[in-house]
Amino acid sequence: MSDAVIISSRVRLARNLRDYPFPNRMSDAQREEIAEKIKNLMCKERFCGYKFLAVKMEDVNEFDRISMVERHLISPDFASGDKGKLLITTENEEISIMINEEDHLRIQVILPNFEIEKAYEIADMLDTELNKNLSFAFDKRLGFLTQCPTNLGTAMRASIMMHLPALKESRTVSRIASNLSKLGLVIRGAYGEDTEAKGDMYQISNQVSLGISEKSAIENLKSITEQLVNSELKTRETMMQSFEYQDKIGRSYGILITARLISHKEAVKLLSNLRVGICEGLIDSVTLETVDSLMLKIQPANLMRIKGSRLTPDERDRVRAEIIREELKLR
Amino acid sequence: MKCQKCQKREANTHIKKIVNGEYTELMLCSECAHAMGYDNVFDLEMPDMFGGLLQSFLGSALPARSGASRCPVCGSTYGDITNTGKVGCSHCYEAFYDELLPSIKRIHGNTKHSGKVPQGIVEYTEQNTENNLANEIESLKTELKKAIDEQNFELAAELRDKIKAKEAEK
Repeated sequence: MSDAVIISSRVRLARNLRDYPFPNRMSDAQREEIAEKIKNLMCKERFCGYKFLAVKMEDVNEFDRISMVERHLISPDFASGDKGKLLITTENEEISIMINEEDHLRIQVILPNFEIEKAYEIADMLDTELNKNLSFAFDKRLGFLTQCPTNLGTAMRASIMMHLPALKESRTVSRIASNLSKLGLVIRGAYGEDTEAKGDMYQISNQVSLGISEKSAIENLKSITEQLVNSELKTRETMMQSFEYQDKIGRSYGILITARLISHKEAVKLLSNLRVGICEGLIDSVTLETVDSLMLKIQPANLMRIKGSRLTPDERDRVRAEIIREELKLR
Repeated sequence: MKCQKCQKREANTHIKKIVNGEYTELMLCSECAHAMGYDNVFDLEMPDMFGGLLQSFLGSALPARSGASRCPVCGSTYGDITNTGKVGCSHCYEAFYDELLPSIKRIHGNTKHSGKVPQGIVEYTEQNTENNLANEIESLKTELKKAIDEQNFELAAELRDKIKAKEAEK
C-alpha cells in the first residue's frame, strides 16, 4: 500500500571529467566541447539500451525551461539557459543527464513509486558505461570529486518523494526533521522553497555522501521511508474516524470538480485532500494517477506549456480550473 | 547586538581569529570591519545561497590562510574556494587537501570514501576495502563508547570482540 504515500524515487549522481576545470571556471568553448563529446557518445545510437534525445538549454523558451524545473527534470540553476548547458533525456523523462550544471554531469533517474534500488541500478549502469569513454575525476580518499565539497564521496543523492498530509497535520514532520539529520538524512518540502510544503509533498534524501557506500545510504533511506509510510497510514486511519475530516475531503472534491477559477495554492491543497480520500476508499471515481499527474500539470509554467502561450495569473487560474474539471469529470 | 568597536551600529560581521594559538571572537559592523582591514573578505560579491552556506563551513579556517599558493592546474587559490564555496577543478583537492580536510570532515563527519570505485582504478580497490574496514571499526568504536557510557557492559563486550575481529582482518 506504499503508493498511497510514496510518489516517486530519484537517484542523482554527480560526475566530473578529470581533464577539465569544474563548470564555474570553464570557458564557453570548453563547456561546448564537453557537451558535444557526451552528446556524440549517448545520442548517436542507443546507449545502454536507451534512446536519448539532446536539447540545448539556450534553444528552449523560458516557460518550457521552468516547466522542466516543475517536473523535476532539471534544477532551477540549470534553467538559466546559459551557453553550453545541454540536457540529455529519454523520451519518458525518467532518465536525464544535465551537462554543465554545477558538475560536468548530473545523471538523474526518477521512477514512479518506491523503486529507489532500481533507480540506482540504472544510474550506476549509465555511470559505468560513461566512464569507459570519459575519465571521471576520482580520488581514493575523497571518492568522486565534485565542484561543491558537500557532494564528495559517492556524489550520490537518493531521494523519495512522499505525500504526508497526516504527519504534517499532526506536526510529526517538523518533530522528526532534527532526528533525521542525525541519521544523515534530510526532509524538505518537495515543491517551492518555503518551509510550507505545497500539497503536503515532501522529499527525504541522504545528506551525507562521503564515508557511506551507495548501498548503505539507500538502505538507510529505505528503512526510514518505510517507517514514515507506516506512521503516515496509521495517523490517516485515526484522522479518518472523524466526520470533520471526511467532510473536508468531500468538500475538496466538490470544489475541484466545480470551480471556475482556482489558484495554485488552493488547488494543491484540495488535491492533497482528494488524494487521501482516494487512498482511504472514500472516493472511488478518481484514480491516484490522475491526481498525481494533475499536481504536476497545474503548476504555472506547465499550464503555459500545455496552452502553448504566456498566461497572466488570472488566466492561469481559469485554465487551471478548466483542466482540473476536465480530468476529474465523472465518467 | 551592537558592534564591539564603535558600540553604535548593529553588528553584522562575526570574526573568529586564532593568533599564536589564542582564540578571539569579535562582533563588528561592516564599517568597522572594513576599517580594521577585513575588507578583502567582505567585499566579495554576495555568493549564491549554496556558496554562502558552504562559506560558513569553510569560513572558520580562513584566518590561517596565506592565500599565496595556487592550484597548479586551474590557478585557483584557497581563498577563491572559500569565497565561492566552489572548488576550481579536481586537482584543487590534491593541492589544498590539508586545508579542505577539516571542512570536509565537518560537512560529512567522515573523510574516507566508501562505495563505488570506477573501473580502471584497480589499484584503489584494495585501498577501498581498507577504507570500508577502517570506517566500520571507527563506527564500532563510537558505539562501544556509547555502550560504556550507558553502562551496558554486555553490549560493550560484544562490540569489543567485534572490533578485535575486524582489526585482525586488516
